[in-house]
Amino acid sequence: MRDEVIRRARGAVAALVLAGLVVAPWVVDDYTTAILARTLALALVGVSVALLTGVAGMPTLGQTAPYAAGAYACVVVGSRISDVGVVQLAVAAGAGAVLAALTVPLVVHARGVIVLMITLAIGELVVTILGRWRSVTGGTDGLAGMPAVRPFWGLPPLASDQARYLYTLVVVATLVGAALLLLRTRAGLLLRAGRDDETRLRASGHRVPLHVSGAHIAAGAIAGGAGSLLVVAQQYISPADFGFDTSALLLLGVVIGGTASIGGALVGAALVIAVRDWLFGVLPGHAPLVLGALFVATVYLLPSGVNRARVRLRASSAAPSHPQAPPARDAATVPELRA
Amino acid sequence: MMAVVAAGTNRIDPYVIPALDGVAYGLLVFVAASGLVFCFGVANILNLAHGTLYAIGGYTAAALLDGGWASLALALAVGVLAAGAAGVLLAGLLTPVATGNHLTQALLTFGVALAGGSLLVAGFGPDDPQVRVPAALEGSVVVAGHRYAAYRLVFIVVAAAIAAALYLVVRRTRAGMLVRAAVDDAEMVACLGVSPARIRAGVLAAAGALAGAAGVLGAPIIGPGTDTADTVLLLSLVVVVLGGLGSMAGTLLAALAIGEIQTLGVALLPSAAPFLLFAAMAAVLAVRARGLASRWGAT
Repeated sequence: MRDEVIRRARGAVAALVLAGLVVAPWVVDDYTTAILARTLALALVGVSVALLTGVAGMPTLGQTAPYAAGAYACVVVGSRISDVGVVQLAVAAGAGAVLAALTVPLVVHARGVIVLMITLAIGELVVTILGRWRSVTGGTDGLAGMPAVRPFWGLPPLASDQARYLYTLVVVATLVGAALLLLRTRAGLLLRAGRDDETRLRASGHRVPLHVSGAHIAAGAIAGGAGSLLVVAQQYISPADFGFDTSALLLLGVVIGGTASIGGALVGAALVIAVRDWLFGVLPGHAPLVLGALFVATVYLLPSGVNRARVRLRASSAAPSHPQAPPARDAATVPELRA
Repeated sequence: MMAVVAAGTNRIDPYVIPALDGVAYGLLVFVAASGLVFCFGVANILNLAHGTLYAIGGYTAAALLDGGWASLALALAVGVLAAGAAGVLLAGLLTPVATGNHLTQALLTFGVALAGGSLLVAGFGPDDPQVRVPAALEGSVVVAGHRYAAYRLVFIVVAAAIAAALYLVVRRTRAGMLVRAAVDDAEMVACLGVSPARIRAGVLAAAGALAGAAGVLGAPIIGPGTDTADTVLLLSLVVVVLGGLGSMAGTLLAALAIGEIQTLGVALLPSAAPFLLFAAMAAVLAVRARGLASRWGAT
């Protein structure tokens, strides 16, 4: 009964938020619309972080690497080959997936905090490479001046901030929907099972490293797609867009949203990015200081995300009928290294 | 015969200086990274503020060094104390966070790094400050027919001494024994009556002191600036990943390899320079993936 109410309420809230996002460009000014579009792209990266951190149990600080690969691939394709949005999106997602596939051997055998460390190193190295490989990336000056994108063959190019925002919204909604559907299948079940009890899953004959690699590549593709959206939304990219602080902010957003929840990750990441943008507008000089303090405060206030309390509530209400009910692991903190 | 020898020397000749630079760089990275290794191996904390601790030392050196020996000693003392105190502060901030919740710990240390970096820039200005080495070490000396900065040569000796002292402390003293025991089995150490909170504070203080010392002494090599914290954190992380945990020798080897890649590798293959560090990490991890996983799994 209670579950049913919560599910319905959640669906209603999601529909309301979506409706609000659709009408937003006619309510707010152009600048805010452009910022919103960029926030949506980053929230999509947040979804890929949640997919790895919460669902697969691989906490990551390196999703900016496939995100950057997607963005730069999109710029190269956009300025030289095709101005069709779908093509750019596919190329960007492909680039993100390829980069993720190349880094699979580095992370697939590690778990817990080691993954955090390795992915952080990967992300930082990619930013270093972006800054130095001038012939392709334009170095730290970044790349600008891409021709306007047309979403599909035959459609007019996206000329206004509103059009670019709506394109971003449609793509984000489609990709998030696809990810949610994918997680409902057997693949999602196996990923969660591998996170919760890897030894047992291995013992019953499942190849956990294979699942983890698949999740890593899928998350890379999502982040790469988000990169192409960043190019559309911002029309300029530089290595500063893919720095270490972006990864950390996204991870914080995902933790606030309850690590394993895709919707929570979207909301959490968007919230954190919005707070950052607002702070940098209000306090130009001291924004990092306040942001750092907010990080510490958030960690104290929400040690494992708001979702956890709700899940615990649900578990305790369900307890009388299922005394042996397994603990609700979905929003639990990431399982750490096991001996 | 003589011609052959001469030709041989000539072929190696241009790379003597980068190779020597690589040793200096590698030893600096070793001293900086060993603090991160302790934090991670003993207290099980991924300290993302480690680069900021180094930057504290670097800014101290830039502010206090005036070309004399006394100022170097003063900068070293102040830098070590300040960075060590920052480490204790970090341990204090981490106390309320559940042990074993690595994700929130990492996020908290990142918040501290963000705020600390902002404070450093507010205190010392946004420009990269100049660092003055002691006047006696400003010149260059001749090494194997090449001129080489005297400071770097002395730095190699000093950093090697620090590494040796570190080895002796970890191997021979009671504190070192506790550190090694905590790496192997932290719960057992707690059962023996040593407070885990004290170990954590001690390790973070020691890590801060090491990073501070590296920051002061290495300021002429990796100078203070807005990017310093990120650079040092990245290099230290790569060292930790490559060197594995719990092995000082592995850490030292990894640090020296990174030093050579960053200097000799760039001199030999300038076009591939941006990718070398990545390639090295990929190669080592791919070759030893299984072994590393089992070793990490045990800690």
